[in-house]
Amino acid sequence: MIELNQFLILSALLFAIGVIGIFLNRKNVIIILMSIEIILLSVNLNLIAFSYFLNDLTGQIFSLFVLTVAAAEAAIGLAILVIYNRNAGSIEIEKINALKG
Amino acid sequence: MQSLVYILPEIFLFIVATVLLVTGLFLKKIKLINLLAIFSLLVAVFLILNQPFQSAFLNSFVVDEFSLVLKVMILIGSIASLIMFVSSKDDLNINIYEFPILIIFSTIGMMVMVSANDLLAMFIGLELQSLSLYVLAALNRNSLLSSEAGIKYFILGALSSGLLLFGISYIYGFSGNTNFNLIAVNINPESLGLIIGIVFVLAGLAFKVSAVPFHMWTPDVYQGAPTPITGFFALAPKIAAMGLLVRFLFNSFGEIYIDWQQIIFFISIASMMLAAFAAIAQTNLKRLMAYSSIGHIGYALIGVACFTDEGLRSLLIYLMIYLIMNIAVFAFLLSLKRNDGYFENISDLSGMHKNHPLRTMLIALIMFSLAGIPPLAGFFGKFYIFVAAIESEMLFLAIIGVVASVISAFYYLRIVKIMYFDEPKEEFDGSSIQSLNLLYYPSSILIIIFFIYPSPVINISEYAIQSII
Repeated sequence: MIELNQFLILSALLFAIGVIGIFLNRKNVIIILMSIEIILLSVNLNLIAFSYFLNDLTGQIFSLFVLTVAAAEAAIGLAILVIYNRNAGSIEIEKINALKG
Repeated sequence: MQSLVYILPEIFLFIVATVLLVTGLFLKKIKLINLLAIFSLLVAVFLILNQPFQSAFLNSFVVDEFSLVLKVMILIGSIASLIMFVSSKDDLNINIYEFPILIIFSTIGMMVMVSANDLLAMFIGLELQSLSLYVLAALNRNSLLSSEAGIKYFILGALSSGLLLFGISYIYGFSGNTNFNLIAVNINPESLGLIIGIVFVLAGLAFKVSAVPFHMWTPDVYQGAPTPITGFFALAPKIAAMGLLVRFLFNSFGEIYIDWQQIIFFISIASMMLAAFAAIAQTNLKRLMAYSSIGHIGYALIGVACFTDEGLRSLLIYLMIYLIMNIAVFAFLLSLKRNDGYFENISDLSGMHKNHPLRTMLIALIMFSLAGIPPLAGFFGKFYIFVAAIESEMLFLAIIGVVASVISAFYYLRIVKIMYFDEPKEEFDGSSIQSLNLLYYPSSILIIIFFIYPSPVINISEYAIQSII
């Protein structure tokens, strides 16, 4: 039998991987989008594990909402990325520095 | 079915936005669509004022005095930015009919945020608002700056949503509920998981109100986004996120306020001090306003940290004054236009006094008010906040607040000095600001007369907080 703690550790690890992926990656923005997706999925795992161990359906319903919003977020992120690529000619993170001060 | 009455304004705005979206596709009359949007926001104000107070959808959505006042403030901010849009859409290259529609969608999101009494409703409202704001930041499709602002805002915003959700999942797991009131009933003060959840949710919300240490996006997004949209960022989302923060902390975690109070305490001090020092080096007016808004959020958070009704009342007074001052500032920024080009640097203001005496005088007054110089409205906003802090024995916060506002007076007063005493430049256009006058004069007058007749603002805030404490 898998215990709640094991789920929580796994999802915390996934969450950490996502956050580290955003801050350590120096290559391109697509990887950031993937990291965001991992963060949201770790949250889903958390919600479903809690929901199972609490015997309460709310968590599972919540995770469906999170999935929907994650899809919308990815769509908007990609659209903005396309516009940026057209204007700047690249999506390398180190080159995103027109605004600073 | 009964519950639908309680979300009537939201449903109305949603239908309007959908209809306008389809209309705009066939009928390329941006001005008409914009007017209709302004009109429907006014209708929404009317609907909100006539709503019965009730909680709906299994108590996950509440309509009360607090949400009423905040919703009206949010709608005023949205209407102001739509008026700014009319005056500048042709020159800023944002002549697209989606602008008013996106504003309406994010306004619906904010209205859900301030009424949310459940983690799920809070999350949905927040996302509806944020997703529209990401698109708005990148609205000028041909500008590198605007799309870069969009991409920065999107990445950091999505990260903050992730933090918020992670916190939500812990709060749900360790209290077994998502409803704010039920969380408060089932709270276990010893639970470490709950504290982790609160910290993560506060990190997500601090990002939305752009409080230090989650402020990094603010200057870049403010500078890169087209000015009417920057105005919108400074006005409505801050108020909505503040309302959400208050309801979340006060309704569900009022019992363990010791735990979150120190977090708010820290981010408030950090915001005030960072904004005061970082703004000194800025040369771009929009970046300067970004730091200024970070600082103002720091002052407003003092009101939350107090956890008294005095503090909450001063917070609402502060937010109302903040709204009025920012409407005036952004209307002013949009009036800095010469031969179809907009000017955003502080040095462009040099000697404005020679050519535009009235406009310069009003903006000098607004700068004095932002700096908190009596007898203007900004002074009283800070005054009430500091009094509340002292009364709840948070002397340290009040002292830091006074010090920060003295330091920040430097960069506000520098603008006044440049306008009055530096070498004059060419004249700015006068014609483009016809519709901006609608924002400019009323808000300046309100700032000036506040000290003669402050009772409406105080009464409104008194009225609003009775449903929270």
